Amino acid sequence: MTASTAPRTSPAPARRGARAPRGLVHTGIGIVLVAIMLFPVYWMVNASLAPQGNSLNTGLLPLHPDVGGYARAFADQGQNLLTSLVVAVGAAILSLVIAAPCAYALAQFRIRGTAVLVFLVLISQMIPGIVIANALYTAYTPLGLINSVPGLILADATQGIPFSILIMRAYLETFPTSIVEAARVDGCGHLRAFVSIVLPVSRNSLITAGIFSFLFAWSDFLMALTLTTGETIRPVTLGLYTYIGTNDTDWSAVMATAVMSSVPAVVLMIAAQKYIAAGATGGAVK
Amino acid sequence: MTSTSTASSADGLASVGPRDGRPAPRAGTADGAPAARPGRRRRRGGEGLLVRYAFIAPAVLYLLLFYGYPIVKNVVMSFQAYDFSTFFNGSAPFVGLDNYATALSNPIFLKALANTGLFTVGSIIGQFVIGLGLSLYFRKHFPLSGVLRSLLLLPWLLPMIVSAAVWRWILEQDSGVLNRFLESIGLISEPIGWLTSSDTALVAVIMVNIWLGIPFNVALLYSGLQAIPEELYEAGQLDGATGWKAFRHITLPLLRPVVSVVLLLGVIYTIKVLDLIIGLTGGGPANATQTLATRSYELSFLEFDFGQGAALSNVLILIALLFSVVYLRANARAAKNG
Repeated sequence: MTASTAPRTSPAPARRGARAPRGLVHTGIGIVLVAIMLFPVYWMVNASLAPQGNSLNTGLLPLHPDVGGYARAFADQGQNLLTSLVVAVGAAILSLVIAAPCAYALAQFRIRGTAVLVFLVLISQMIPGIVIANALYTAYTPLGLINSVPGLILADATQGIPFSILIMRAYLETFPTSIVEAARVDGCGHLRAFVSIVLPVSRNSLITAGIFSFLFAWSDFLMALTLTTGETIRPVTLGLYTYIGTNDTDWSAVMATAVMSSVPAVVLMIAAQKYIAAGATGGAVK
Repeated sequence: MTSTSTASSADGLASVGPRDGRPAPRAGTADGAPAARPGRRRRRGGEGLLVRYAFIAPAVLYLLLFYGYPIVKNVVMSFQAYDFSTFFNGSAPFVGLDNYATALSNPIFLKALANTGLFTVGSIIGQFVIGLGLSLYFRKHFPLSGVLRSLLLLPWLLPMIVSAAVWRWILEQDSGVLNRFLESIGLISEPIGWLTSSDTALVAVIMVNIWLGIPFNVALLYSGLQAIPEELYEAGQLDGATGWKAFRHITLPLLRPVVSVVLLLGVIYTIKVLDLIIGLTGGGPANATQTLATRSYELSFLEFDFGQGAALSNVLILIALLFSVVYLRANARAAKNG
């Protein structure tokens, strides 16, 4: 028995109910692998807690944690964090408002041009961001949208909108049409059926699309870099970048900013595990 | 993602659904010729085709303004002498292919092109091999495997510029933890200027991008592995196919459609990576990490030569589209076989 179930490194799945010790060995190795992968994240937190002036020799463990880095980072970047929050929430809402009806129509209405539109949405995701930034800068300048929150929201939604359309359409294709048809027979218009039936039922896909649109906008650097020029409207990603340049001796403050910029991702990951997984595999490769 | 671009990584897959391209199975409500079949449906006043189009109108308008316009504008700009003075006097004379000639004959272009190739190939190989290894490992059933696997996704969710900042600190020459570690185990005697020496900068940038891309590879390859029925392995085992043999004859062939999707999406997202390189090295030292994307940014926003910047980014679009077409074909095939 022991011989036939000798540990394998092969992809063959271990039987469920394998002997506990072997399972624990696997867990141990798994923890080591994840620890190696996440070391940079640990190092960011560790360095953020290093006392200033000592950050050049950050210890392996934050034995004397110092939150001074956070205080300095918050004083310098607090405003930028707020800007990022407003922009990311705005972009997420805009993405959903624009994408949800479109995804519904593409999935459920039989209208001309559906296939073409889906194809264009797919292709749009492959257009390099620098192309969009190049053109938007020249268009934004005369429109007064440089250094503006609406300008950033509109530009940052370039990632959220196609993604949301695709992911919600994949979900809505399996939407039970009978519910909508029943409502329509009862005299409910398309719009009302959409708002009061489709949206509530497809809450999960809305949340997934919303989370990712938020994260795309929160993580955006390119639009912030190209479409803002001053310090008044500056998302924290750009704040962090300029911080490195001007402040490269105070690594604890820089790393504290990095930690604060990562908080939304971590919170979302903990709070919305299943949505993250759904978005990550985007309707699954079949 | 990769911030962005990596973050947006899984995007294209949303459409992989098997119903792609097939007509929806509800032919009864076809709107092709509503006038010809009065009374077929309950009348909704004037609400018919127009209302239906109203659902997609905002998205179409947005895509036209924020994708259509930039692409067209980019093409037009690439034929114009569009520089900083254009913003003042509005004049951007057409210059034919001058921008392409100038941008493409510049030695930095060749450097950037070669770097883009190395960066992409190196990143993809590294991400894929490590990603496949990890997803095979986490496929085993053991306590906490699910939790650990979702922790692996974390680097992918972080803003790319955050990862750049963290790695800059890790790779720092004098006080970075990597050099300190390598010195302590006696592997190096002199600290290496990972990001500041032109010999190592590209390798270092590739290394960081591999780290960033692993979660994406794990997520997709793992879900691909999950789709392979366990019975196949049980049957294989009876025939003596275990270990490497099972991997070669069962796992690899069945995983192939997913593999091609992962690799192609990886390429598409890697060739446009910008945040990471700007955050780590800014394209330097001495253009050692300059890629087409960073060079295009540099031309437009640091040298304010939008014409040349546009010309380069059009080259980038062409490359991206080339791989996109291959991807879409592979994707359609995967959907058909799935």
